[in-house]
Amino acid sequence: MDSVFSNVVRAPEDPILGVTVAYNNDPSPAKLNLGVGAYRTEEGKPLVLDVVRRAEQQLVNDPSRVKEYIPIAGLADFNKLSAKLILGADSPAIQESRVATIQCLSGTGSLRVGAEFLKKHYHQSVIFIPKPTWGNHPKVFNLAGLSVEYYRYYDPATRGLDFQGLLEDLGAAPSGAIVLLHACAHNPTGVDPTSEQWEQIRQLMRSKSLLPFFDSAYQGFASGSLDTDAHAVRIFVADGGECLIAQSYAKNMGLYGERVGALSIVCKSADVASKVESQVKLVVRPMYSSPPIHGASIVATILKSSDMYNDWTIELKGMADRIINMRQQLFEALQAKGTPGDWSHIIKQIGMFTFTGLNKEQVAFMTKEYHIYMTSDGRISMAGLSSKTVPHLVEAIHAAVTRVA
Amino acid sequence: MDSSFSNIVPAPEDPILTVYFASRDDPSPLKLNLSGGSYRSEEEKPLVLQVVRRAEQQLANDMSRDKEYLSLDGLAEFNKLSAKLILGDDSSAVKKNSVVTIQCLSGTGSLRVGAEFLAKHNQERVIFVSNPTWGNHPNIFSLAGLSVEYYRYYDPKTRGLDFKGMLVDLGAAPSGAIVVLQACAHNPTGVDPTLEQWEQIRQVVRSKSLLPFFDNAYQGFASGNLESDAQAVRMFVADGGDCLIAQSFAKNMGLYGERIGALTIVCTSEDVAKKVKSQLLLVVRPMYLSPPIHGASIVTTILKKSDMYNDWTVELKGMANRILSMRKQLYEALQARGTPGDWSHIIRQIGMFSFTGLNEKQVRFIAKEYHIYMNYDGRVSIAGLSSKTVSQLADAIHAAVTRMA
Repeated sequence: MDSVFSNVVRAPEDPILGVTVAYNNDPSPAKLNLGVGAYRTEEGKPLVLDVVRRAEQQLVNDPSRVKEYIPIAGLADFNKLSAKLILGADSPAIQESRVATIQCLSGTGSLRVGAEFLKKHYHQSVIFIPKPTWGNHPKVFNLAGLSVEYYRYYDPATRGLDFQGLLEDLGAAPSGAIVLLHACAHNPTGVDPTSEQWEQIRQLMRSKSLLPFFDSAYQGFASGSLDTDAHAVRIFVADGGECLIAQSYAKNMGLYGERVGALSIVCKSADVASKVESQVKLVVRPMYSSPPIHGASIVATILKSSDMYNDWTIELKGMADRIINMRQQLFEALQAKGTPGDWSHIIKQIGMFTFTGLNKEQVAFMTKEYHIYMTSDGRISMAGLSSKTVPHLVEAIHAAVTRVA
Repeated sequence: MDSSFSNIVPAPEDPILTVYFASRDDPSPLKLNLSGGSYRSEEEKPLVLQVVRRAEQQLANDMSRDKEYLSLDGLAEFNKLSAKLILGDDSSAVKKNSVVTIQCLSGTGSLRVGAEFLAKHNQERVIFVSNPTWGNHPNIFSLAGLSVEYYRYYDPKTRGLDFKGMLVDLGAAPSGAIVVLQACAHNPTGVDPTLEQWEQIRQVVRSKSLLPFFDNAYQGFASGNLESDAQAVRMFVADGGDCLIAQSFAKNMGLYGERIGALTIVCTSEDVAKKVKSQLLLVVRPMYLSPPIHGASIVTTILKKSDMYNDWTVELKGMANRILSMRKQLYEALQARGTPGDWSHIIRQIGMFSFTGLNEKQVRFIAKEYHIYMNYDGRVSIAGLSSKTVSQLADAIHAAVTRMA
């Protein structure tokens, strides 16, 4: 019998996954995986936070807990606590019940549900995303039915923000267009606007009625401070306008595989928020009925207990500090070696990733000669570095920059 | 500033939820909620299987476990074991590697991912579902981009299968159309074809080149036997043709809230299966990136250890037997009261639900006078009954049938 699927073509492999596959196949003991998008310890190992293990033990050992379906919008206390985390405990938007928060499958799930909601209910179906952005963003929005446009963001000449270009492109966007903003620790560049720049962005967007959609995947993980990393989101919410926020606990609580996140939609009134929530549920139910209970229960357990919350902030700061330390070490080592070029962007950029500025050929050279794996756009994961491996990376960068154009 | 969302109307309330809220808000101490879709013990409580608690403890106490992202297709061992569970240990399709299985979010998620794949790659975009079917089916398929048609299924006169109507409607379907078949324990009717009828259905489906998409949410939960409940699916797979299977562990492992299931696509060759898998990953990645780890780990732990597997089959049979016992008790109670009508369908139907045959007026009467809540289409959850409450329900049905048309 012929298969109805015989004409299905093989899909192209995901470039980021391809890096890990190549790394796994490399027999060299010196190999270094800087493509990974998950935190690694100084020993190069994945990390499960102590407070997460404690919370999980507590949950699993509680015989009164059941595994019934949770509501379509997810766990109520998880949603409340997540909104408080990103918006601030004293947020008027929360006090006025203007925020609809729905538990979703980490950042990706929150983006997809939000995008499907906008496609169905918002008058504009174009979304502007920064150039460059996380590789999955365009697909998430396209499959939701939105059309994707780009705004200038990264300036290769400075390895920083093309602020002029950003303002021009957002200024030229059609009124009401949706705009994706990375709340902090831009992926893949590590380049974030300053507070002053955020304020200008906010003013421009509000004047053009552009709808902000924040991707908040690194709150607390970038600077080490949860409040600092929420600053951009909060200035937008403080002006009374509307926005969407996709929140992820993958990195800041190390809950990658549990798929926990939340979509918050800040509305003008409680009445609108309530109607919005009812419509978002209609997006969720035919997608997966209701979200998974485990990860959300862990997050809620931690956020609602003040000692667990404090312990979490300490472990979170520990991760952020280690990454900042790696940046410092890498920069200083390149300085010490006299590697040509200005490498200050390494300590100016923030978060898990650095856009080194290395080109495709240099990256390929580093992989071949030094067994260092990164994506071809020159992005490295600082989380994948350790004090022991910084020298090896510096050797490789120095060689690439001096020998390969 | 006006809200961007001021024109949004509140979503219509889910009819099942309406019933749930009415039962929740009823102050009567006698109230009984038979509208839900999850199993209740004889003590009328939700049940977490002992083997599930054991597995979960084991996982939580294993310090070597981490919470890294699963790959896009989920936990590999889970996928293998799930395929074997539904297809059988000796399945030649599995041996030939022509089967692709990916972990999804329970049954709903498996249906949605499969439907999105089909909307993109199948020649025909029409999908036939039974009349009636689970309330969420049409929404899942429409949102995936398929158009939904119905085939006759339930015969209200016999409270059984309209087999002739079903064969005629399937026979009239366009070649290549997709057909949703509930593998066992049809929701909402409880009416399943016999094996002989399944064979005739198979022949019609194959002769018209219809593509079967099995919704397998109750394996082991219907008859108490995992093999028996898989027979319809295996009959189709044995003939060498293509099919899709959405598998859920919500009911048979009581893992409702963990959202754990699998989508299996049986192809005709290993090569096609590989290509199909690569395309499925393109559906998953922009939806939620990768599935959640917890539920899959619990299922894997249980399925791979023969003592846990055996313990599971014992607890599963216990649940199925309790439901069969409730059916028998209800039937006998109605016989004992001399309730007018033929109530044998209660013991002929199978699975969690029974289509009582009560009309909406009778259902509302029962809610008002007897504080017993069921769906307006007359569906009751037999799993929600206990020996203590059977007589209450029998009294209610008797009153409704004798006093209301």
